[in-house]
Amino acid sequence: MRTLKFLLQKEFRQIFRNKNILRMMFMTPIIQLIILPQAANYTIRNINIAVIDLDHSSYSQKFVNKVLSSGYFKLAALAPDYKAGYDLIEKDKADILIEIPQGFESKLNTEQSQTISLSVDAINGVKAAVGSGYLTNIIQDFNNQIRLDWIQPSTMNQMPTIDVASSNWYNPNLSYYLFMVPGILVLLVTLIGGNMTSQNIVREKEMGTIEQINVTPVKKYHFILGKLIPFWVLGVIVFTLGLLIARVVYGIIPLGSVALLYLFVTVYLIAIMGFGLLISTYSETPMQANSLTFFFMQIFNMMGGLYTPIDSMPGWAKVLTDVIPISYFIDVMRMIVIKGSHFHDIIPHILIVLLMGVVLNTWAILNYRKTT
Amino acid sequence: MKQFFAFVTKEFSHVFRDRKTLLMLFGVPIVQIVLFGFALTNEIKNSNIVIVDNAKDLASQQIITKIASTDYFKIRKDLMSASQIDAAFKSGDIKMAIVFPENFYTDLLHTNKAQIQVIADASDPNTGTTLTNYVTGIIAAYQAQLNATIPIPEQINISTRMLYNPDLKGAPNFVPGVIAMVMLLICVMMTSISIVREKELGTMEVLLVSPFKPLYVILAKAVPYLVLSLINLTVILLLSVFALDLPIKGSILLLYAVSTMYIITSLSLGLLVSTGAKSQYGAMTLSLVGMMLPTMMLSGYIFPIENMPLVLRILSNVVPAKWFYLIIKDVMLKGLGFSYIWKETLILFGMTVFFLTLSLRNFKTRLE
Repeated sequence: MRTLKFLLQKEFRQIFRNKNILRMMFMTPIIQLIILPQAANYTIRNINIAVIDLDHSSYSQKFVNKVLSSGYFKLAALAPDYKAGYDLIEKDKADILIEIPQGFESKLNTEQSQTISLSVDAINGVKAAVGSGYLTNIIQDFNNQIRLDWIQPSTMNQMPTIDVASSNWYNPNLSYYLFMVPGILVLLVTLIGGNMTSQNIVREKEMGTIEQINVTPVKKYHFILGKLIPFWVLGVIVFTLGLLIARVVYGIIPLGSVALLYLFVTVYLIAIMGFGLLISTYSETPMQANSLTFFFMQIFNMMGGLYTPIDSMPGWAKVLTDVIPISYFIDVMRMIVIKGSHFHDIIPHILIVLLMGVVLNTWAILNYRKTT
Repeated sequence: MKQFFAFVTKEFSHVFRDRKTLLMLFGVPIVQIVLFGFALTNEIKNSNIVIVDNAKDLASQQIITKIASTDYFKIRKDLMSASQIDAAFKSGDIKMAIVFPENFYTDLLHTNKAQIQVIADASDPNTGTTLTNYVTGIIAAYQAQLNATIPIPEQINISTRMLYNPDLKGAPNFVPGVIAMVMLLICVMMTSISIVREKELGTMEVLLVSPFKPLYVILAKAVPYLVLSLINLTVILLLSVFALDLPIKGSILLLYAVSTMYIITSLSLGLLVSTGAKSQYGAMTLSLVGMMLPTMMLSGYIFPIENMPLVLRILSNVVPAKWFYLIIKDVMLKGLGFSYIWKETLILFGMTVFFLTLSLRNFKTRLE
């Protein structure tokens, strides 16, 4: 116990001595948490359209006005023909090309059917699907409107209609902040925790100070614990700051118990730091530790379910998300903060992350050798 | 010139000696392109939903069959009453609940009106609204089927062509984005650390007192990473074409030329980071913690830039990955020529000049 106390003293001193790093450690997450959620918005709006109106009739005018008044679209240009319109798509000036055929209005009355063509820049599949979906709805609406001009309303009501009453629980305003801020906070805590620990032991190796420790009677687990505890404290502080920012800047107050959040972050930090230490014990230089950390952090970042839904991933990728700890924390954060989930809802998550922590730390202790 | 090559050789030996780092250098882009190319998609599918069918009649059964036949939904049958929905949402098991009222079909037949309740877990707004839209679409199709016998006048049809990516896959969007991000981060990290490392180990002094110009010391450091990055790019492009079925529609020569430009931009940014960092640890924190998230979120391949608040739209212009993402999309997927991307290339060139000037000014040739 006494050994551990002195080790902790040493580690804390080293951390507080380097003011630059300490500042970076706190400032980067704070700044990013304030700025980045503003960018994280999937709502698709401001879609640029180019219109090829070959009809120039009152219908085509009415239609274009209806599209623009929906608020989702911006008119990039009126194109004289398809070639000019396609050029606008190539130049990224337009996302969707709407072509209204010649004789649209007159033939709609005489032939009872006309076709509007949409050409969509589909490189971003979701944007394309959502944009063309909006347009489809608008066209149908427009279609019903002009039909009403012609047909007696009474005949319309005879069709059986199914009304869909939809409701959005937990987030009725569909706020992306509520969804993204907890997730980004998890990612930042992970980056800080993993990054700090993975660099630590390897730094002592590079400086040569590890040999001084190796020749002392300090036990392996003392040494590892001495490294772990200070960073755990810092991690919890960063997490607390994050929660405060969520509250002050975004007005997000966890619906569930804050104590439960802290319980989980405690367990989680042990796991993620064990992971960092493991990387550290496997690396000889900071460069190696660095590239390993980068590799795994990237995977955590992209595969943790922060940006794209895990449900949509192929089976093998889902298995991967099962073995990375961050996916559990992101899930738990969102469950507790947004839905107010209870302890019994997250028991499986806690147990799995706890198991990961035990495995990773034991592995790190076993892999740390006092002799070379 | 001979001296310069001697220095480049030295740097290459440094890089090749560290096998683990070298392995990572190549492993990172390969694994990530394949992994993210296959796994990442913004599409919503395979969502667990629950259907509370209080009607159990012909219409509800038909609609349920229609819902079950798409791959958007996986119907979980273990929930029988509406009161259990909240608990199921809270434990994270399901994303949506659809409730059919009693006498659904009889109401529809006799009053021409019936209602279905759709409750989405909107904690993820995107999933919530998308699932609701799917259901609405399915029900509209069912309704059209019911009304098929009634002739509809003045029908406007829609024919939609999805250009460049007819199957609306995730890879065509994510792969250019991941290329832009991975190349940038690797280059910045590697150059900044390899320079700071010499400072930290004290070997920088030895280099600076040599008759060799400091500028060349730095340039020699960048050369191996430029070569490695080009090899990396080749591997990535091969993977995209053969593993992910992405086309390279434009000129390969042009693709390499602009990529070289981008790599140089990234290397000079790495140089700038190295002048600001005192230790490898600091360089790493700056390049990993400080740059990973902003690069990803502001380059436009995950979240559309045009929807961001004005400040961020302006801020996104300083992210080099944003411009390269546009370039690579244009050349690779749209098959466009230089006349379409000269603006983006010029911006990258301007950034490079800026980074280089700034870092050469900050580069200290003397000890403190």
